[in-house]
Formats: sequence, C-alpha cells, structure tokens
Amino acid sequence: MSAHPFAGAHQVREKPTQRKFRNRALGALLQLGLLLFTSVSFAQAIDPLPFKDHAQEVRFQALTRELRCLVCQNENLADSNADLARDLRHEVFDLMQQGKSDDEIKQYLVDRYSDFVLYDPPVKSSTVLLWFGPLAILLAGAVVVVVTVRRRGRAAPVAMQDEKPNDEGDDW
Amino acid sequence: MSRLLPFFGFLLLVALFGFGIWWNTQHDQREVPSPLINKPAPAFVLPKLDDPSQTVSRDNLLGKPYLINVFASWCIACGEEHPVLMTQGKSIGVPIVGYNYKDAPEDAKAWLTKHGNPYDMVIADQEGRTAIDFGVYGAPESFLVDGKGVIRYKRIGPLTPEVIEKELKPAIAALAKEPAP
Repeated sequence: MSAHPFAGAHQVREKPTQRKFRNRALGALLQLGLLLFTSVSFAQAIDPLPFKDHAQEVRFQALTRELRCLVCQNENLADSNADLARDLRHEVFDLMQQGKSDDEIKQYLVDRYSDFVLYDPPVKSSTVLLWFGPLAILLAGAVVVVVTVRRRGRAAPVAMQDEKPNDEGDDW
Repeated sequence: MSRLLPFFGFLLLVALFGFGIWWNTQHDQREVPSPLINKPAPAFVLPKLDDPSQTVSRDNLLGKPYLINVFASWCIACGEEHPVLMTQGKSIGVPIVGYNYKDAPEDAKAWLTKHGNPYDMVIADQEGRTAIDFGVYGAPESFLVDGKGVIRYKRIGPLTPEVIEKELKPAIAALAKEPAP
C-alpha cells in the first residue's frame, strides 16, 4: 500500500477527447474568422445556456469564476471541462432562473461541498492564519528591522570615536 | 552568534520544507472533507437499477443504519474496490445500498453480472443531480447513514480492508451503542 491511499483512484467521468483539426491551417483560418466576427470580449461558457439577457450571462460568468471545480481543483467552474463542472454550471444556472442571489447560490454549494468550492475562503477561526499570517510575518520583519537599525545607530558613534573600521561582520 | 543567525534561519526553512513534503505523503490534497457529516442525508427519490418503475427514498430507508456506496462501471477504482465489497461486504453488519452514478443502466447491470453484486439494493442516478446534494465529486465514495437518516461517516475513494477495519467498522460499532431510534 503506497502512502497515497487513493491518489488518482477517485475518479470522475471524462468526456472523450475532442477530435483535433486535421488541417491546422484551416483551423487557424476558422479561429481568425471567429475572432473577427465575435464582439464579445469575455470567454464563453463551454456549453451554451439559454440566458434571459446579457446581464444575466455576465453575472453567471462572474459567479462561476469564483467557484472552484472539485475535480480539476486548479480550475474554476467557468473554465473546467469536467463532467461534474458542467453539471454544477447547470445547477448554478437553474438556481439563477429561480431568482436566487449570488450569496444564496454560493451557500447552496458550500452546504454540499464545503468552503473548498470558494476561491475566496471566508474569514473564520480556521482561516485566521491564512488571512493574517502574512501580515504578522511582515510586522515581525518590520520589528527586526527597527531593532537592528536602532542598535546600529547606538553602535556607530562608538566606532567613530575609536576610529576603527567596523569589520565585526555585523553588517549583513 | 549573530553571524550564525542566517544559517539558523536557513535550517528553519529546510525543516519547514521537509515537514511539508512529509505532510503531503500523509494527506491527500485533493480530498474535500464533507460538510454533511452529522447532518441529515439529503432527501432523495431514485429509481432502482433493476426495476426503474420502483423508487427508493431516504424515508424508505429510515430505521436502521446502512452504507451508501457510490459506484459506476466506468470507474476503474470501483473495480479495485469491488472485490473488497464482495468478500467483506457482509461482515460490516449493515446493508449496502449501491448508488450507481452517471452510468448507463445496461452498462451497470452488465458490470454487476460480470463482477458480482455485493449490494442489498441498487439505486440509479443517471443525471447525477441527487449526487450533487450528497456532495459527490467522483467515484467511489461511501456514506454511512444511521437509523435517523443522519450521515455519520464518509469515505472518499475506495474502501480497502484497512479502511474498513480502522474507520468503517468503528463507526458502525459506535452506532450500535446508541439507543435505537
């Protein structure tokens, strides 16, 4: 038994890989054409959904970008091609049609998949270190700098009186 | 002394780095702990795999503990888990409900015919919608539900003889000590 009891063993259903363009030149031409004829500047969802209007689509894009795909955990729901991500996008879409707010939709997913689905972890006792740890380290660094500078400020006049070069190796 | 300070700082970083590597060998970074532990299992109504005209709901299963095992014929890790369920499934002392996840019914039936059926009952969720309520994000996954319909334990990944002995059986034994609902 390896140290990873199921590394790579817990699985998701994969889509069959999409067929590549046989003719790359044709593919490039097609892409250029798409670029020229598409005025929408943001990335489109992988599967088209029947949005009521453009505003709703923008809201959907923004929301799914803040949610993590559970399967490919470095991808957000908007970009992921995983089967589960598609299901969850549909779920988010349906909840939107029911008039749920962004917060309600996030809570719906957190209830099922924990805070892990949020790219922005909420501030609570278990995440205090995550949120304020870097600030604490920065402050500790500042204290070290201040103490060092003060000590050196006191030491410097003495060195000048003695007219000796300061070669104690403390100047790192 | 102050000359050595950067060296100690370096050693500290090395120690931290080493700890990180060690920690990662002991933990699975991909595992998402379920927020549903000690919460009521989501209400569900799903058809039986062998007879879709019959449905099973959460409330049908109330009264005594059972294990839900999420599986699919396309899932290779389920194939590794399957022999364990075949040999040890009866020894855990609670019924096992097979939860066929995002699978074609004929594929699932063929798979169970070929490898054997360790389940007391198999329910099918072809769309995977109910699975979202359960927080399923892959297969295999297993949920221990008590007689009151509360999820008490979740295993993400295959049940191995080790996991059954060290985690599942103690969890079931703890349920047996509680007064009956």
